[in-house]
Amino acid sequence: MTPRFAPGVRLQEDKARGRWVVLAPERMFVPDEHALAVLRLVDGARDEAAIVAALAAQFDAPAEVIAGDVRAMLADLLSRGALRDG
Amino acid sequence: MVEPPLALLAEVTHRCPLRCPYCSNPVELARASEELSTDEWTRVFAEAAALGCLQVHLSGGEPTARRDFPQLAAAARRAGLYVNLITAGVALVPAMLDDVDHVQLSVQDSEEAGAERIGGMRGAQARKRAAAALVRGRGLPLTLNAVVHRQNLHHLPELIALALEWGASRIEVAHVQYYGWALANRAALLPTRAMLDEATRIVDAARLAHAGRLAIDYVVPDYHASRPKACMGGWARRFLAVSPTGRILPCHAAETLPMDFPNVRDTTLRAAWEGHPAFARFRGTAWMPAPCAGCEHAERDWGGCRCQAFALTGDLHATDPACALSAHHGLLADAVAEAGTDGFRPRAFS
Repeated sequence: MTPRFAPGVRLQEDKARGRWVVLAPERMFVPDEHALAVLRLVDGARDEAAIVAALAAQFDAPAEVIAGDVRAMLADLLSRGALRDG
Repeated sequence: MVEPPLALLAEVTHRCPLRCPYCSNPVELARASEELSTDEWTRVFAEAAALGCLQVHLSGGEPTARRDFPQLAAAARRAGLYVNLITAGVALVPAMLDDVDHVQLSVQDSEEAGAERIGGMRGAQARKRAAAALVRGRGLPLTLNAVVHRQNLHHLPELIALALEWGASRIEVAHVQYYGWALANRAALLPTRAMLDEATRIVDAARLAHAGRLAIDYVVPDYHASRPKACMGGWARRFLAVSPTGRILPCHAAETLPMDFPNVRDTTLRAAWEGHPAFARFRGTAWMPAPCAGCEHAERDWGGCRCQAFALTGDLHATDPACALSAHHGLLADAVAEAGTDGFRPRAFS
């Protein structure tokens, strides 16, 4: 799958509070550090495998260890309406 | 250290072509000549973002009634704010959407006759339908805002169907809250307990039926509640409002309170939020008298709504009568018992 942000959803720096937030129609949420690492790689071009590979390089960890976490994270963000597939 | 606000409600004008009898604007509406200028709003948006606001709700009245609306939206976006347009959608043109992130479109009823009777504008429904198509055509997310009450609750299933038909991804089913015009028209608007329970049943069923396709936000009327709502998430904790004439408020209804509020023409949003006595006055729990003081719910509902407490009891500090622990709780049941008229007074400039 190739995740992209749903219409009207974006990741934005919240400078006043020193964090990143996901802004959506009349709501927002604060991603934890793992979700943030995934969301920063969501650009509508990278597919799930590319995101896993990028995170594996970034954190110097085996891709097969990261893959399960990324899959669960993307499923959660999809169910919350923050991301869409394709 | 005062936590910064998350969102700014910018009521850029009180002018509106509709005349809804539950309008949340004050009964004394501000005239166009008194409104803040483009430059003043531009400064307000920059100040709000610097203070910590992440979202702005461009509202009114009808915000697009301002000729400079596209410039206002552009200024809000330049400031880094997520731009929500709250509109009746009867005069929407493409240029108004260039710097908008999300549109909330009001509907007064699912069918034309009811919508015209409640909103007071002929031909509004067709224009709203066109506005929804324009928003979706631009790829923007659309929320339908259906304010529900005694006069239109029988069309709740049709209102939800309208949201799907018009391509909305969210619908707010918001029971009228009784301030300003709505309080004046309460007898015509307030539903019975049976009407409320039926509406809740319909919403619950629709949430299941349309899961993943249509999100439903549901705001209940606290006249049938036993606990008050945490109005605005607590006084001056999350939200900041600026009126058409520049008054800085903890909530758009707070102009109904006999208090002095600061104005953006005299001070900054930061100075008002962090230092003005009006903002500090009901923030937190220290101001609370009994039965709020020491109550286990005090940090959940923050004593309810100051505007409702004052409107119904005449006492700014009173526990919101929506709370069953309030000595004035019976006022709400009395109002429900007295409701049931059909006539109402449309909003108008005095």
